[in-house]
Amino acid sequence: MAFLQSAVTRAGSFTGKKGRLPYLLLLPGMLWLFTFFVLPIINLAGTSTQTPVVGGDVGQYVQTFRLANYIDAFNVARPQFARSFIYAFLATILALAISYPLAYAIAFRAGKLKNLLLVLVVAPFFTSFLLRTVAWKQILGEQGFVVPTLRSLHIIGQNTSLTASALAVVTGMTYNFLPFMTLPLYASLERIDPRTLEASNDLYANGITTFRKVTFPLSMPGVVAGTLLTFIPAAGDYVNAAILGNPNTTMIGNVIDSRFFNIVDYPTAAALSFMLMAAILILVTIYIRKSGTDELV
Amino acid sequence: MADASSSSHGDLKLTRVSKAFGDFTAVDDLTLTIPEGSFFALLGPSGCGKTTTLRMIAGLEEPTAGSIYIGDTDITTKKPYQRPVNTVFQNYALFPHLSIYENVAFGLRRRGVKDVKEQVEKVLKLVELPHLADRKPTQLSGGQQQRIALARAIVNRPALLLLDEPLGALDLKLRRQMQIELKWIQTEVGLTFVHVTHDQEEAMTMADTIAVMNEGRIEQMGSPAELYESPRTAFVANFLGQSNLIRGEVSSSDADRSVVEVHGQKIAVLKSRNTAEGKSILIGIRPEKIRITLPGDPCIGNVLTGGIVSDVSFVGVSTQYVVEMPWKQDLMVFEQNDGGTPTLRPGDPVSLSWNPPFTFGLDGSEDVNAGSEVDDPA
Repeated sequence: MAFLQSAVTRAGSFTGKKGRLPYLLLLPGMLWLFTFFVLPIINLAGTSTQTPVVGGDVGQYVQTFRLANYIDAFNVARPQFARSFIYAFLATILALAISYPLAYAIAFRAGKLKNLLLVLVVAPFFTSFLLRTVAWKQILGEQGFVVPTLRSLHIIGQNTSLTASALAVVTGMTYNFLPFMTLPLYASLERIDPRTLEASNDLYANGITTFRKVTFPLSMPGVVAGTLLTFIPAAGDYVNAAILGNPNTTMIGNVIDSRFFNIVDYPTAAALSFMLMAAILILVTIYIRKSGTDELV
Repeated sequence: MADASSSSHGDLKLTRVSKAFGDFTAVDDLTLTIPEGSFFALLGPSGCGKTTTLRMIAGLEEPTAGSIYIGDTDITTKKPYQRPVNTVFQNYALFPHLSIYENVAFGLRRRGVKDVKEQVEKVLKLVELPHLADRKPTQLSGGQQQRIALARAIVNRPALLLLDEPLGALDLKLRRQMQIELKWIQTEVGLTFVHVTHDQEEAMTMADTIAVMNEGRIEQMGSPAELYESPRTAFVANFLGQSNLIRGEVSSSDADRSVVEVHGQKIAVLKSRNTAEGKSILIGIRPEKIRITLPGDPCIGNVLTGGIVSDVSFVGVSTQYVVEMPWKQDLMVFEQNDGGTPTLRPGDPVSLSWNPPFTFGLDGSEDVNAGSEVDDPA
């Protein structure tokens, strides 16, 4: 009887431990998120509705819950908002156009070179983001090989340069976020059972139809993941615009950056940050709903 | 591709087809005719070239040499989507992003068929799964997926339906049931089925004609009964069921039978069932044909004496004996549990006898163990 009792309590304590375990495992992550995400977000929300202290110094603000800050901020940065989303959209489309054939080749045609090619895709990450962007400036600059080549081929005029332009910003972002597009695409293409492609061929679909009806739909999870991983950071990016752009190509990130650190206009910067987050969140939600990949993943 | 179903019906003819992958010859100078409307099985161990043969017929591999015809149409170099051939793939290869309905409709839509809905519904009824049309493949059990793979292929009414180990992934009970169903569906739709399998029982259950393949060549072709009763090589004798093969020398012959001396005992074999050309011969007898008797009991026909029972296993409908002969060879004997056999234990001396026409003769140069150590890859 005593034996039975102890067995029961032991079993009880065991399941008790098991019940708590998932929460214990979650704890470090939750703590981290709370400290470095939730709290700053609340803080930022507060800042976004502050107003300058009357008669105070530059950078002195008081909490007044003034929601009109958002409207003011939006009016200040309307062109930059538009530009951010247009550039991010263009960079995403370009990255997709470059990455899809690349990922397809690595997944289906690379053979023994597969691992080497994957390493090459990731290789840029061994250098810092900033350095790569500065290097991109060199490549597109007067001393690089691109401009003289394009000029001698009469693709661009003799006086046209490529740096400090919208083109440079978009190509820079395309280059910088390319691995984020390529890797998810590769992962989803690699997962496709080659026999489904053979089955499609067997069922009267030629190469193009097979791609349209089988390969591409099956790679949709990769397309969605890749475009999100490119679009989201690209929309918030300011490094490319700062290094490769000119005053007419500034993006919302540049405005937030300068409001925070140059003009010391914290409320506007905070309000802009919130609007950027909200805009991206809404766009992404619509996108995922429309692409309907949830059941494929 | 639109004319896929309208033209080129007829027998499938492979003429001197070879396929090499680098140094490895998967299929070696294969010539084969599969009559229209038949259920044909390519049977062999893994790596014998049967799947490569099937893939060449489907157009998924190109032959290194030789030609493939359906009726009078040369399809050797045609793309898979240009051939009136459909395949039921091993593990089915259903399209995971499409519903069952769209999976089945896939081939019809590519060919621009008009009454897609009607045809899909009809074939789903044939495989008894019309209620699953809106599901996705991952929501189906293995047996259901198998039937959908079959429906997706036969809905196109191909001149030829290829089945690549279609039942390999199913458990034994379901496999038995599907064997019967497949055979029934073949009779129902009247298409030519070419079935690749390593499972000799499956091939024998379903096929009208079986070609046994080994090392890229066809060892023997014929009806299941023909292959089982009159194997012409040791490989076929051992791969289809079990055989006792005993070395001997032909000592005398008359018009329709030869007498073979086997370790000092005389065995008769019909000439019509003997493929040995020289004096050296392998005598073959299936285990279930042998009667086991105590020494001194009356026995007739071909008799081998001096055996000792070395193992007895009871398997329900029959009892399987291993009998060691004086020349140290183990022979298998299956006895029906019908009360006609004495109860025997290991160590008991016995005689073996059988009706002489059951004996078959193989060429003495054959390897006694060919085809018997082939592992089941499944």
